[in-house]
Amino acid sequence: MMMPKFVFLCAIAFGTLVAHIGNVWGQQPAKASLEQVEAYVRNTWKSPPAGWESRIKQDETQRVCSQFRNDPPRAEYAAIKAREIATLVFPADGNVLGSWKAGEAVAQTGTGGQFSDKDDTVRGGNCYACHQMAPKELSYGTLGPSLAEYGKIRKFESAEAKAAYAKIFNAQSVLPCSSMPRFGAHKFLTEQQIKDVTAYLFDPASPVNNP
Amino acid sequence: MRLLTVLGSLGFLLFATLSGLEAQQTTDVTEQEIERYRAMISDPMANPAFLNVDRGEALWSTARGSKNVSLQQCDLGEGAGKLEGAYAKLPRYFADADRVMDIEQRLLWCMQSLQDLETTDIVRRRFSGPGVVSDLEDLVAFVANKSSGMKFAVSISSLKEREMLAVGEALFYRRSAVMDFSCATCHGDDGKRIRLQALPNLAKPGKPAQETMGSWPTYRVSQSQMRTMQHRLWDCYRQMRMPAPDYASDGITALTLYLTKQAEGGDIVVPSIKR
Repeated sequence: MMMPKFVFLCAIAFGTLVAHIGNVWGQQPAKASLEQVEAYVRNTWKSPPAGWESRIKQDETQRVCSQFRNDPPRAEYAAIKAREIATLVFPADGNVLGSWKAGEAVAQTGTGGQFSDKDDTVRGGNCYACHQMAPKELSYGTLGPSLAEYGKIRKFESAEAKAAYAKIFNAQSVLPCSSMPRFGAHKFLTEQQIKDVTAYLFDPASPVNNP
Repeated sequence: MRLLTVLGSLGFLLFATLSGLEAQQTTDVTEQEIERYRAMISDPMANPAFLNVDRGEALWSTARGSKNVSLQQCDLGEGAGKLEGAYAKLPRYFADADRVMDIEQRLLWCMQSLQDLETTDIVRRRFSGPGVVSDLEDLVAFVANKSSGMKFAVSISSLKEREMLAVGEALFYRRSAVMDFSCATCHGDDGKRIRLQALPNLAKPGKPAQETMGSWPTYRVSQSQMRTMQHRLWDCYRQMRMPAPDYASDGITALTLYLTKQAEGGDIVVPSIKR
């Protein structure tokens, strides 16, 4: 009985040793530390143009979402949600609906804010890159859910329109680490543009609600 | 027969409409058309990027710099002057520089250390355009073409290569700038599209990563220029609303190593031709 037990223990010891060597020399890389990664970032963007410095640095939400690959633990999830809700600014008169026609242009436009754009290039929301919207528009992406008949499905209710405005203003106030840009919080789109996109989703006359 | 086909098609269309499949059907037809276009332009005999390969070959053997020598003694990792299969193993660690380098960093290193060539103007012409010929793009096309028909096989054996790979992976998931995008935002899932353009999932090893990495450098029909992966990553950061990354910087090398690792075992067929 002694021999098998000895062999068993040897096997465990050998296995542990192999695993240790595997960790040290194996193909599996250790995770890079935050300091290491940020040093590479500073070295790769040595002299950003004036006004663009903040684009290189991460804010706390970006940092946590990157760290947890958009699946943050419960405490971090709650912290992001609270922080992002605090950024929400609704129109002073309470009206979240602008012009659906202007909203369609925002949804279709994918330029603005790139280093190849001029400073005064009007920024678009590029919604169609990721979402289906008006059913008649066939050139749409699938990174986000379909928004076809968005307002109609929600019976054009004003509370739903307000929720959509909030989602466009800051998607992470609804879903922490959402892939969707925080258009209002980053001041990428103006309040009027966000109202126009909300109208594109909620106006009964909008092509989004008319297949 | 033809009438039957037409009737059959009409019947199918009606059925498709009734079952609410019309949009899907139209999408499939559009994707087939895009695929047909891709096949049509993918003709190596008509690919202008082979002009870049030829220019690169001439540059490789031209004596330049204050030392008046060619690049023929440049060691791309497989030994001085050995070109076959070198691109398939880049980025890699170079003991003489004590750094992990990608193809552009290594070419610049050889120009500076071997030829003592002033590279300011060469870097200024890093990307070709109307009236601008890029020595570096041409050289990359020439060197990469010498690995065409081979498979990617990067080595992650040294400490510095492991660090570079780990940083590359972290950069792939790093969200930043005014749209909160990371590489993974667009390239982290299977079967996604941006508008009608299919997006390869580069977050895992496999065919999409292999086909992506194995087809750069490529002639971009839409840009009328040959482009390298260095330019593709620069363009990705442009779309992500980041400032332009520095040319031949370590962040780009780290990402390239990570992506090449995901493409391990994939066939290299370059220069290719794309939309």
